[in-house]
Amino acid sequence: MLDELRFLFKLTSANDIARRYFVTNGFDGALTMLGLIMGFYSSNSVSITVIISACLGAAIALTVSGLVSAYISESAERKKELIELEQALVKNLDDSAHARAAKLVPFFIAAVNGLAPLLLSLFIISPLWFSFFGIVFPFNPLLLSIIIAFVTLFALGAFIGKISGHFWLRSGFKTLLVAIVTAGIILSVEKLL
Amino acid sequence: MPQLNRIVLDVLKPHQPSILEFASTIADQHPNCQVKITVSEVDEKTETTIITIEGDNIPYQAIAETISNLGGSIHSIDEVAVNNVAKSET
Repeated sequence: MLDELRFLFKLTSANDIARRYFVTNGFDGALTMLGLIMGFYSSNSVSITVIISACLGAAIALTVSGLVSAYISESAERKKELIELEQALVKNLDDSAHARAAKLVPFFIAAVNGLAPLLLSLFIISPLWFSFFGIVFPFNPLLLSIIIAFVTLFALGAFIGKISGHFWLRSGFKTLLVAIVTAGIILSVEKLL
Repeated sequence: MPQLNRIVLDVLKPHQPSILEFASTIADQHPNCQVKITVSEVDEKTETTIITIEGDNIPYQAIAETISNLGGSIHSIDEVAVNNVAKSET
């Protein structure tokens, strides 16, 4: 079963596509969490329960959006590719590995696309959970969440750099810069309100 | 009893799986078969290949199913070698 799945993923380059989706939607999730937490941090008057609810709501919305959008687009793309291949081979491929891959691979890619923002979001807001369950931090847990978000975005950049063959540190600092600029814009807007 | 010992097939296949994976899968699923694949023509989405299989008592139907499962389409059987093995030897 595992060998079959590995073969089907290789047949369709599903691992490469899933990796791309993981970074893209993971970046979305991490940056959304950073934005939300920055907003709550600057307002400084919201309870942890409300912050967790808002962050969790956003994470779940991103997850569902990621699952559905990736499944719909990948499923359509795979069907199109299968039809084109059938036309080129002048053969029905219903019983082939290609047809099985066209059915299975969209589920795998949708799962990666959906779970990436959820897992990264849960990781970023983990200090808020600990605080909610009574663990006391020597400083504001929101600040710790913001630091984790920066580290996560840096790690995603470094990961992109590593797989693209570029210098991982430079790539990591690029995404970190995006996060810092985003945080700066949010703080500026908050001051205007 | 006649036994198939060599068969040459003209097969149109997609680019993926590669001929290395194609040959490995056939050999893996049909032990005692030696598989050789030559690409004779490459198109945008497909490649025409000549698959030569050698071995004792080659299970042609099972091999045809494996090729079909990998997305290949057998266009013709170009060559066969069959041995008639005496019953006392089997």
